[in-house]
Amino acid sequence: MIRALRRHLQDWIATRTPRVPGPWLIDRRRVYIVPTRYGYGYGLLLLTMLLGAMNYSNSMAFALTFLLAGIGLLAMHYTHGNLVNLSVAAGAVTPVFAGDPAHFPLRIVNDSARPRYAIAMRWQHAPAHTLVDVAAGDAATIELLQPSQRRGWLPARRIAVSTEFPLGLFHAWTWVELDVAALVYPQPAAPGFAAPSGGRGDGQPGADRPGSEEFVGLRSYQAGDPLRAIDWKRMARLHPLQGPPQVKQFGEARAGSLWLDWHSLPTAWSTEQRLSQLARWIVDAEASGRSYGLRLPRLVREPGRGDGHRHACLAALALF
Amino acid sequence: MASAAQVPQAALSRLVVLRLLVVQTAVLAPHLPRLPPWAAALVAMILVWRTAATLRSWPMLAGWMRVLLTLGAFVGIYASFGRVSGQTAGVALITVMAALKLTELKSRRDLMVMVFLLYFLLVTHFLFSQALWTAAYLLAAATLITALLIDANHPGAALPLRVVAAMAGGLVLRAVPLMALIFVLFPRIPGPIWGLPADAGAARSGLSDSMAPGAISELVGSDAVAFRVRFDAAVPPPAARYWRGPSFLRFDGRSWDSGSRAGAIDAPAAELRGTGYGYELTLEPTRTPWLFALDLPARQGLPDDALINADYQLVLARGEVRERRRYRLQSYPHYRLQPSLPGALRTLATALPGASNPRAQALARQWRAAAVSDAAIVDRALRMFREQPFHYTLSPPLLGRDPVDAFLFETRRGFCEHYASSFAVLMRAAGIPARVVTGYQGGERNAIGDYWIVRQSDAHAWTEVWLAGRGWARVDPTAAVAPERIERGIGSAIDSTELPDFLNPALRNGYRFDLRARWDWLNARWNQWVLGYGPELQDDFLRRFGIGEWREMILVMTALLTLMLSAFGLLLLRRSTPRQRDDAPTRAWRRLQRRLARAGLPQRAPEGAADYAARIAAARPDLASTITAAAQRYIAARYVDSDDSRDLRALKAAIARVRP
Repeated sequence: MIRALRRHLQDWIATRTPRVPGPWLIDRRRVYIVPTRYGYGYGLLLLTMLLGAMNYSNSMAFALTFLLAGIGLLAMHYTHGNLVNLSVAAGAVTPVFAGDPAHFPLRIVNDSARPRYAIAMRWQHAPAHTLVDVAAGDAATIELLQPSQRRGWLPARRIAVSTEFPLGLFHAWTWVELDVAALVYPQPAAPGFAAPSGGRGDGQPGADRPGSEEFVGLRSYQAGDPLRAIDWKRMARLHPLQGPPQVKQFGEARAGSLWLDWHSLPTAWSTEQRLSQLARWIVDAEASGRSYGLRLPRLVREPGRGDGHRHACLAALALF
Repeated sequence: MASAAQVPQAALSRLVVLRLLVVQTAVLAPHLPRLPPWAAALVAMILVWRTAATLRSWPMLAGWMRVLLTLGAFVGIYASFGRVSGQTAGVALITVMAALKLTELKSRRDLMVMVFLLYFLLVTHFLFSQALWTAAYLLAAATLITALLIDANHPGAALPLRVVAAMAGGLVLRAVPLMALIFVLFPRIPGPIWGLPADAGAARSGLSDSMAPGAISELVGSDAVAFRVRFDAAVPPPAARYWRGPSFLRFDGRSWDSGSRAGAIDAPAAELRGTGYGYELTLEPTRTPWLFALDLPARQGLPDDALINADYQLVLARGEVRERRRYRLQSYPHYRLQPSLPGALRTLATALPGASNPRAQALARQWRAAAVSDAAIVDRALRMFREQPFHYTLSPPLLGRDPVDAFLFETRRGFCEHYASSFAVLMRAAGIPARVVTGYQGGERNAIGDYWIVRQSDAHAWTEVWLAGRGWARVDPTAAVAPERIERGIGSAIDSTELPDFLNPALRNGYRFDLRARWDWLNARWNQWVLGYGPELQDDFLRRFGIGEWREMILVMTALLTLMLSAFGLLLLRRSTPRQRDDAPTRAWRRLQRRLARAGLPQRAPEGAADYAARIAAARPDLASTITAAAQRYIAARYVDSDDSRDLRALKAAIARVRP
């Protein structure tokens, strides 16, 4: 019965919890509060004391009972006030491979003059929470971990922000739905399946396309060259007197850059198997420092290197 | 920021455990003197051990040791008290168990249980005392325990003491008005609900139901209040201020008791004469059925649950006085009590153990032989006390096997019980019915509240003899020896070196005495209005506000509570809302924005003040000069570090000139 009620309550709350991208201000109308186990225990204690006070007609016992009752009632307001008007915003989430937990950074901002203590955050239905104190006018960042299973976007689940401070007699909570998601790359396949060795292009899409931009070498800078073509890393290493800036030249795919090709994989493999294998190849190619390109049905990433390229390729797989 | 550190939910921090130990010591300490010595020692040892264990990271006790200790404590309490329930044994048990809990306490959950236990222990103190100072103790202890509760709910590193104390103090302070409200309005019912244990209430000293030599003089050392009296109008003279308590009819040669009075339960006839004194008496609990009354109370208008017994003593019909109670009486100092003495009573009232105190008996028989009347024998005895070197003292020498003989013929030093006892023995030996009456004599006026305080030190014993035509007549042999005892109280009648300080006349002047009067007055008010706030007083008080029955009380209480809590909640909420961060120039600029927005020229989100002014100047040439000036003033006031107030005034003037 209680369980059904609780479920019902949660459904009702869900209808009151829109999904927003930005900082979420915890509005007092969306803060819910119920007694905790200890709260009920406290009530029972007060009842016992009240009966004792009545039995002994003991005024001081009445006074203490009523003082504690007052403290209990006030605690409800304190607990409520400990949560209200905090704001929660999501930070950028680093992409992860499927199977690894995604770290969602959450920033809790306390713009009020009242320090907040023991604010607990957890995903809805998650058993464990993370606690944090936020001083007045200050902010705190915590990370919530969410396991990833499948590639693609992993949206943040509903977040429970709650507190039982200061007396632990009441549990105040609210749900926060932040429109933030982690990008989950396909899980790299086990190593072992050899990557294709060289750049050739028989009948492969993109291989002989004009203007395909495979890195082929360096030449001296000439006026009119795009700035982003300058090899800044090399320039940083060299003394200006050692020569003019070098510009990266791109041209036909040449031997040494890998083409990681969807179509080169066994046709019997499923889509996920193929994506997984491609992910493995990208990780390995990046690790070995070679330039690599990616060919998917309807999508080609020209050969390149570096974190941005790696991410672009893996993201293409993730969202395939 | 450091405060944003994430806190793990580990076990209790050492600091929190130390704070618990301090609070627990403060809550348990007042109970220690009430415990058997072994239990007090055990509690103290556990507190010390746990402190050391916390500081030195010793391991907790093994499970079997804890079980053994717990069982041992149970057995020990049972051995000491003969039971484990009831007030003293029950409190002793909880106190020891609260200490034993320390031998295993390590988690947050344990601490929560402990905090609840401490709250409960705090309430048990009030079974033993509800004096005025306990109110301060209540608030202080409640603050400490609540601080501990806050600590229990802040996992990880302990909060600074200042923060916890301020928060707990704030909670308690704000809860006080709520407490007062509930205290006044919560419907009180006449207790007890399920009956009190036999040892309920505080231990009391007072008159007992028998009188041996030394019984009354023991009480003189106690300045505890027996009762307080407020007279309606006239106050009887000191010689008439005899507050009647239990009478004793049976003498065993040494001590007096009431004896068996089979069948004699009806109050004897009494003729009351003259004008009476009306008064209200507030009696401290005695754990006896006795209600004290000025000699002799009228039978009309007695409290409903009281009656007058065969000795004409006012007593409760059933039960004992366990709470302070107030009653009104009318007393008449001139009376004729039991003019016709039943034969059975005459026999009882003249009985003496044959072989005891032979010299006294012989003396009385001698008087009888020479006397013309009973009254003459009474006078003869009083004359003896007056004329022979009898001495009124608090520290009489020990008396032997025949204490009356020893006192009358050898030591001649005694307190009122010696005089009353030996006088009654002499009368009985002379064939005159006599009995010993105990009670209080005198009282001290408190000028602050215009009432009289009768203390245990005013305890007294006197005699009544039955004389034909007069009935039972009060004869106080002490008055013959030390008339100032009756006129001015015991402090004047006894050598000051024997007196406790509070009775010493030399110390009864000046500010200390005055302070004592004020303190007693405050206590009396406290007793009357706070401790005495029961069903009757509540009904009287609330009726003045038109609140009659319990439904109305609950309704009004709920309404006022809701009101107070809402007001408090709003206050708290205001503290939780983000601070108003706009400075004065911004607020002034906002006003201008609103004015221009109404004119159809709102400032766009990304637009700065200068851009905005430029756009308006282009759109409305008529405003160009004023808006440009206002924008410059705004920028100057807001972003240029200079004289704030002058800039602000200039800005406001410039803004006022913009009239869209």
